[in-house]
Amino acid sequence: MSDAALDMGKPAEEVEDISYLRAGHSLRSWFLTTDHKRIAILYLVSIVFFFLIGGAAAAMIRLDLLTPAGDLMTNEGYNRAFSLHGIIMVWFFLIPSIPNTIGNFIIPLMIGARDLAFPRLNLLSWYIYIVAGFIALAVVLGGGVDTGWTFYTPLSTMYANGMVAATVIAVFISGFSTILTGINFIVTIHKLRAPGMTWSRLPLFIWSHYAVSIIFVLATPVLAITLLLVAAERLFGIGVFDPALGGDPLLFQHLFWFYSHPAVYIMVLPAMGVISELITSAAHKRIFGYWFVAIASIAIAVIGFLVWGHHMFVSGQSLYASAVFSFLSVAVAVPSAIKVYNWTATLYKGDIMIDAPLLFALGFIGLFVAGGLTGLMLAMLAIDVHVHDTYFVVAHFHYIMVGGTVTAFFGALHYWWPKITGRLYNETLARIAAIVILVGFNVTFFPQFMLGYEGMPRRYHVYPPEFQLLQVISSAGAALLAVGYAMPAFYLLWSLKKGPRAPANPWGATGLEWTTSSPPPKHNFTQQPVVVRGPYDYPLEHPASRANA
Amino acid sequence: MPEQRALHEPFHHPARQRQADRLGMILFLASEAMLFGGLFAAAMALRLLYPADYVAASGHLKLWLGTANTAILLTSSLMAAVAVETARGGRPRLSGYALVAAILLGLLFLGIKGYEYGSEYREGLIPGLHGAHFEGRVQHLFMNFYFVSTGLHALHVIGGIALLTIAAFSRAARQDRTVLLIGNAALYWHLVDIIWVFLYPTLYLPDVS
Amino acid sequence: MKGLLIQLGLVWVALLILLAATVIAAHLPLGAAKPWISYAIAFAKAALILWVFMEMRKEGAIARLAMMAAMVWLIMMMTLSASDYLTRGWLSG
Repeated sequence: MSDAALDMGKPAEEVEDISYLRAGHSLRSWFLTTDHKRIAILYLVSIVFFFLIGGAAAAMIRLDLLTPAGDLMTNEGYNRAFSLHGIIMVWFFLIPSIPNTIGNFIIPLMIGARDLAFPRLNLLSWYIYIVAGFIALAVVLGGGVDTGWTFYTPLSTMYANGMVAATVIAVFISGFSTILTGINFIVTIHKLRAPGMTWSRLPLFIWSHYAVSIIFVLATPVLAITLLLVAAERLFGIGVFDPALGGDPLLFQHLFWFYSHPAVYIMVLPAMGVISELITSAAHKRIFGYWFVAIASIAIAVIGFLVWGHHMFVSGQSLYASAVFSFLSVAVAVPSAIKVYNWTATLYKGDIMIDAPLLFALGFIGLFVAGGLTGLMLAMLAIDVHVHDTYFVVAHFHYIMVGGTVTAFFGALHYWWPKITGRLYNETLARIAAIVILVGFNVTFFPQFMLGYEGMPRRYHVYPPEFQLLQVISSAGAALLAVGYAMPAFYLLWSLKKGPRAPANPWGATGLEWTTSSPPPKHNFTQQPVVVRGPYDYPLEHPASRANA
Repeated sequence: MPEQRALHEPFHHPARQRQADRLGMILFLASEAMLFGGLFAAAMALRLLYPADYVAASGHLKLWLGTANTAILLTSSLMAAVAVETARGGRPRLSGYALVAAILLGLLFLGIKGYEYGSEYREGLIPGLHGAHFEGRVQHLFMNFYFVSTGLHALHVIGGIALLTIAAFSRAARQDRTVLLIGNAALYWHLVDIIWVFLYPTLYLPDVS
Repeated sequence: MKGLLIQLGLVWVALLILLAATVIAAHLPLGAAKPWISYAIAFAKAALILWVFMEMRKEGAIARLAMMAAMVWLIMMMTLSASDYLTRGWLSG
């Protein structure tokens, strides 16, 4: 068999040339690895596992909602199912999804580094994540939690049954994994860029991961202290959130959303970085307005911290504060819109290659626009009073988190799959999957906008019979969506065994990660790369004709 | 720890590796600051909701013990800074003395804090324990908050002392003129100090009668 | 090195003077200005520790930015939370 080094057309010179996948086959070489690529694979396997768990809970929910009486589950069981779904999907799938798998793998390759700045910390971060994930899973499955993923007080602290304290401790632990990842990314991007990789030559994927790392480091600790206070309140009754003791339940919401609204941007910013790569690669064009897209990432990270109060419009928060938060929430749409316009402008007159990654990217843009615009509606005080805590909100955030982030995650997985595994997958099946996912998603979640607008509240499983038609359509869509998500599992795994070997640069894309072999050698590059061009310096054939930076 | 000075993957230059280690530590400190930030926000909410009761509740704390502890931590910080400067100047023995002084002052801080907790117990100010009695629910809440925040801070003091101790016992760290380990331990120690500098006016100073 | 140590000592003296000042200010009848003064002094102390003890004066822009960021983010959190607590009663007349 020709190994990775031969694929590059060079003779194997030294050990360095062996691909990272062949650099050891023992369990120890995986579970004690400090190679960012192997840790990315560990993360990939783990988050897929948690995605399946969260998805199973979603399937239970959609099945239960088929009938207005909610025949499948008890009230308590339903509450536990959606809490499980939310907790697992938010903290153990969405937040680590793109950064810790694709980001962990690609960031050092993109900037020409041999690894992340703190390789052992990277491994520690995976172990913390796994420990937290299994505690959460054991607790949520064993004891059950019925507070929803938001742990609102005083429900969580005084009334909820189940193991709230143990669950919040699990989420608290997972936060350390996130913080360590954030520190690792920021230091890597500052200190390990290859010679010539100036800030104006950074791929936009890096910019968005830099922005998301800022949120990791600055927001996650606030969640940590908030959850500690919830646990302390539940165990010792310290009363900071307890109105009976003079505490303020709204304080919990302030602190929780100070983290959790930026956490929404944790989920979508990496997806935006992915889309910038996918679009430019498919269009074979420079990104339209590089600096606007780059700075928009940072702007989203910063302004995203100033909008949390829009979750609290009907909670008893001061109306004057609500007005300020409403205004700021509209402002955060500006950088997001800039990105959407710039992606579309990049496609204009591009030399477009319609492959699966582009289909996922286009799906992302459409769904993100729908989710973003309904977000603007929700930021309006008057409309929010009407649709607060209804399926309209549920549909809105699923358009962003599932339609946006999960679609981009699949796009990224397809785009970098040849680099990660060294194999090519079946393109036709991939295109079909992309379309099935797009259709299935819309059939699932568009009816939920209508349900919500008509008054179907979230987190209820018994509903008036007139909502049944839309609920059944939504559940049918979920089945289609599940098929779409299952398809890649088959053809991607099949490609590992039978797929043709991938060349170093199957897409003809710019970017340092495409200059090394597929899969990359253990230390990423056989020689220290030196960067002389800007990112997206298409067309590749005429490198000197365009000077970016 | 001689490997402190060794070059690790993925770095090519020791200077760059040192910058990276230090930047990593500073980012960690920023995240620690945000952790306590949540507590300060809670204190602010409590104070804005019940301005008079909050101030009255703070009057039951021992101002002079809090003030003494502030002075002790500030002095301990000075010692940590001296340890960094002397190690960098090639005076490992002096640096070791300064570290020991910083550690002893840290322990003194914990001792005074423990004494303070003890006297609060005797006055019935510890919620949930035998003999606790409060003038009102806000005082009860204030004392809860006081124990959560000073307790969490004390845990950080213990962590800081542990770091300083590791640095003090490591000959290599004291002889390392790039002061990587001592420098980072000192950074952490200063942050613990800064948090106390803000806890002090939050808890002790509102009412000094 | 000696000059630097003297400098550290002077900063320590300044910190203790600030501590004395904040205790004295707490005893003065300053009314509503009291918390502002005590927190202003706390910020001054923190600035001295950051700038000299933590050697931010020698650090590059990025390290300074990281420490500044925590400060700025906390101020954002406090300000916007306060905007709720300060105006909550305005409508319930």
